[in-house]
Amino acid sequence: MTELSAHLPQFQHGQLTENFPDNHLSNTQESMASALFNTDQNDTSERRRHENSERRRNDNPDSETNGQPQNNIQQVVEQDEEEDEELTLKYGAKHVIMLFVPVTLCMVVVVATIKSVSFYTRKDGQLIYTPFTEETETVGQRALNSILNAAIMISVIIVMTILLVVLYKYRCYKVIHGWLIISSLLLLFFFSFIYLGEVFKTYNVAMDYITVALIIWNFGVVGMICIHWKGPLRLQQAYLIMISALMALVFIKYLPEWTAWLILAVISVYDLVAVLCPKGPLRMLVETAQERNETLFPALIYSSTMIWLVNMAEEDPEAQRKASKNSTYDKQAPANQTQNEDPEADDGGFSQEWQQQRDNRIGPIESTPESRAAVQALPSNSQSSEDPEERGVKLGLGDFIFYSVLVGKASATASGDWNTTLACFVAILIGLCLTLLLLAIFKKALPALPISITFGLVFYFATDNLVQPFMDQLAFHQFYI
Amino acid sequence: PALGLFLFTIAREPLRIIILIAGAFFWLVSLLLSSLIWFIAVKASDPRDEALQRGLLIFGVIFSVLLQEVFRFLYYKLLRKAIEGLVALSEDGCSPISIQQMAYVAGVGFGLMSGAFSMINLLADALGPGTVGIHGDSQLYFLTSAFMTMVLIFLHTFWGILFFHGCEHRRWWEIAAVVVMHLAVSGSTFCNPLYVGSLVPSYLLMAIAAVWAYLLSGGSAQNVRRFLLCK
Repeated sequence: MTELSAHLPQFQHGQLTENFPDNHLSNTQESMASALFNTDQNDTSERRRHENSERRRNDNPDSETNGQPQNNIQQVVEQDEEEDEELTLKYGAKHVIMLFVPVTLCMVVVVATIKSVSFYTRKDGQLIYTPFTEETETVGQRALNSILNAAIMISVIIVMTILLVVLYKYRCYKVIHGWLIISSLLLLFFFSFIYLGEVFKTYNVAMDYITVALIIWNFGVVGMICIHWKGPLRLQQAYLIMISALMALVFIKYLPEWTAWLILAVISVYDLVAVLCPKGPLRMLVETAQERNETLFPALIYSSTMIWLVNMAEEDPEAQRKASKNSTYDKQAPANQTQNEDPEADDGGFSQEWQQQRDNRIGPIESTPESRAAVQALPSNSQSSEDPEERGVKLGLGDFIFYSVLVGKASATASGDWNTTLACFVAILIGLCLTLLLLAIFKKALPALPISITFGLVFYFATDNLVQPFMDQLAFHQFYI
Repeated sequence: PALGLFLFTIAREPLRIIILIAGAFFWLVSLLLSSLIWFIAVKASDPRDEALQRGLLIFGVIFSVLLQEVFRFLYYKLLRKAIEGLVALSEDGCSPISIQQMAYVAGVGFGLMSGAFSMINLLADALGPGTVGIHGDSQLYFLTSAFMTMVLIFLHTFWGILFFHGCEHRRWWEIAAVVVMHLAVSGSTFCNPLYVGSLVPSYLLMAIAAVWAYLLSGGSAQNVRRFLLCK
């Protein structure tokens, strides 16, 4: 599991204690970092993590050989690893649950909205990124159209990724910042306005514009502050969930049937490829960032806890700044980089927002492996004050969105209705579990999307076509199995 | 009641939640496979023959029951492996969760999933307008469905405990008893809508299973008495 190991209580050799937390943190933070990021950055960060940790391990004996027998160091280092793994797995269950809850919440929100507000299931046109319609005469034509749609969408994503890498390479930070801010503005204000309007329409609630303006304004401003700056953790998590849900709803509404399923499938394949192939643009991005040893942009990351630095008085502000990068509650004055704490997910499907969306999705993600690298570089004494229980796991918001899209589509368009929705829900959760497990076992970068989406898709189609008639018949005769 | 069980006993510990969801998943897979078989059978047969369809349905039900038990067994195997892993990784050498707890949680997982699948469409329809039993069917449809589902969820929970206990101690007759009970309960539902034929035996069987599971888990009549008298 991608847990941060707790601060080891074992202090076998006095001289080595300082290095323990360092080692552990580098191991575990990297494992934590890589695990659930939006696939893209996973392998790069992981790989680097391994390199780093190995470097450290090699460093340890070197630095500590004065008077210290070598085998002791080796043994300690090995024990280090074992304990590392143990603690990693021990905290695994808790952190998995910490991820289950927001994913479940997001899905619940999406499903509830789909079921009640009919706006999101009406076909009001398509995004310009999916220009081919699916209302054609023949099945073959429809299939062709949806394949073309999906291809266009995926190529847009790839282009945006490359664009972002290029921008990052040439240090056009301002542009990226601007993108992030604009997209989060749009999401928070415009989309929630539409959403609120539709909800009111559904429940026939009379509302005047002034009240609405006030509500939306407050919601938006608080959201911007929470996400981009400081704010209580719960509130930030809530905002992230809301934004993922909004985004997923937009996808569900504006993507036609077959295109949506195809896109889901292709996205997970793309994730898999991007993680396992060494030539991805994202990998280049992360490596560049690591070379420059900078903190990347705030990620589209959902963070389940925050990291507190208890005694921050004596350490240098630089170290603390970087250490608190993970925390959503910066006690120190945040570095200017960390101000772009933008866990924004994608934007809708309208023209320029797509670009921003891709940016948001991909760009900020780069930040985290970097921040990991930065955190590892910290002196160990600043880490030792971290409360192990407070460390959490992070999951990319893009993952949230696609999970919710899957479940939402299942509830919107399935003949099996709630059965299908439930089946997809369980499938996705199990996929998430498995992904975390695999990550803990292999300690390699693994994308969070493919396994869950595959399970979800399989279960959706299977439940819809196979289980549904069976259950219908059973319920009709009132048989029970 | 199942939800209450969940809230009070499972929701606290994350490991149990994972086991629960995994249990639900296994049940789901078994359902999938059995409906696949049924589907194939139906497609290969004449859709207009009522008796044949009913017969096929019964066959599907029996097959599904057997598959469920098979998957329960598979789940047991998986949990055994997991428990060894957990023991190896824990600090003090003993597993954070015992096999009995796992059995209980697995049973609840199975039960919840089966109950959910049985009831949820019904509930959704119940929210809408309509009259129960307008075509001459029983008016108690919803009520009996609810009771049946509840008894089934409980039964799954108890069967989980019994089953795992049987596997642990290699008592094949226990496992066989669980399978037979399951078949009996499902079979009793075949005489619906003659509800007295299905609900009463099911509840009886549930009571038996409950007592059995309780005794297996180390309880005794003394405990019950002490509990009731709040000593």
